[in-house]
Amino acid sequence: MNSAETPLHKVRGMGSSHSGTGHFWHERVTSVALIPLSLWFGYVMLGLAGTSEVTALQFLAHPWNAILMGGFVAFSLWHAYLGLQVVVDDYIHTPGTKIFLMLAIRFSVIAITATCIFAIVRIAAL
Amino acid sequence: MADNPQKPAQATRPLSPHLTIYRWPVTMATSITHRATGIGLSVGAVILAWWLVSISNGPEGWHSFHDVSDTPIGLLVVFGLTWSLVYHFLNGIRHLAWDLGYGFEKGLAERNSMMILVGSIVIAVAIFALAWTGHGGYLR
Repeated sequence: MNSAETPLHKVRGMGSSHSGTGHFWHERVTSVALIPLSLWFGYVMLGLAGTSEVTALQFLAHPWNAILMGGFVAFSLWHAYLGLQVVVDDYIHTPGTKIFLMLAIRFSVIAITATCIFAIVRIAAL
Repeated sequence: MADNPQKPAQATRPLSPHLTIYRWPVTMATSITHRATGIGLSVGAVILAWWLVSISNGPEGWHSFHDVSDTPIGLLVVFGLTWSLVYHFLNGIRHLAWDLGYGFEKGLAERNSMMILVGSIVIAVAIFALAWTGHGGYLR
C-alpha cells in the first residue's frame, strides 16, 4: 500500500503524537538539576530575609551567585514550560485554544527568562 | 467539525466509573496538589523576575518591591510560594523515585503522601519562623 509518510518519518515512528520521550526526559533532567539549585535558592532567600537594600545587590553581584541564580532561573522556567504544556495537553481539547495557550506559554516563558537574565547581568555590571 | 456519527446516545447505557465518583485517596490529593503548586510556582517566576529587576534598579527599586512584598497580602503570597516550592520539591523527589520504580506499595505511598503534605507545611512555617526570629539575613 502507498503511504504519504517519508522513510524518515516512518523510521522515527512517532505517529500522531508528533514527539517521543524527549518531553518526559527533559522534565526529569531539569527536575534533577533543580534539586541542588532550589536548596541554594532557599538558603539565599532566607539569608536575605530582613536585610537592607544593598545586601541583595552585593550578593547577586558576586559572579558565582549570579551564575547560580541564572542557572536556577533557566532550569526553573524550562521545567515550568514543560509542566505547563502537560497541563494544557491534559485539560484543553479545543485545537484553537490549545495552540493559543501553547504559544502564550512559550512566549511568556521566554520573556520571563530573558527579563531575569538581563536583570542578573545588570546587577553584576552595576 | 462534524459530529461523530458513532457518538453514543446520552444515558442509554452506564458509563465506566469516572473521577467524580471515587473516594479521594490521599495520593490523589498529593497528585493534584503537585500540579497546582507547579502552576503557582510558574506565576511565582513572574514575581522572581520582578524582584530581580527591582534589585537591578538600585536601592529605590529594592524599596519599590518591598513596599508591596512587606504588606500582609504580599507576605501571604510569599508564604504560599514558599510552601509551594517546599511541597513541589519534596513531592518531586518522590516522583523521581517512582520513575525509577521505587515506592509503589500502597501503604507506603499513602504514608509518605501524608508525610509530604504535613512536612511541607511544617518546613514552610519553620522557614518563616526562622526569618521572623531573626535567624535569617545571614548573608548581610
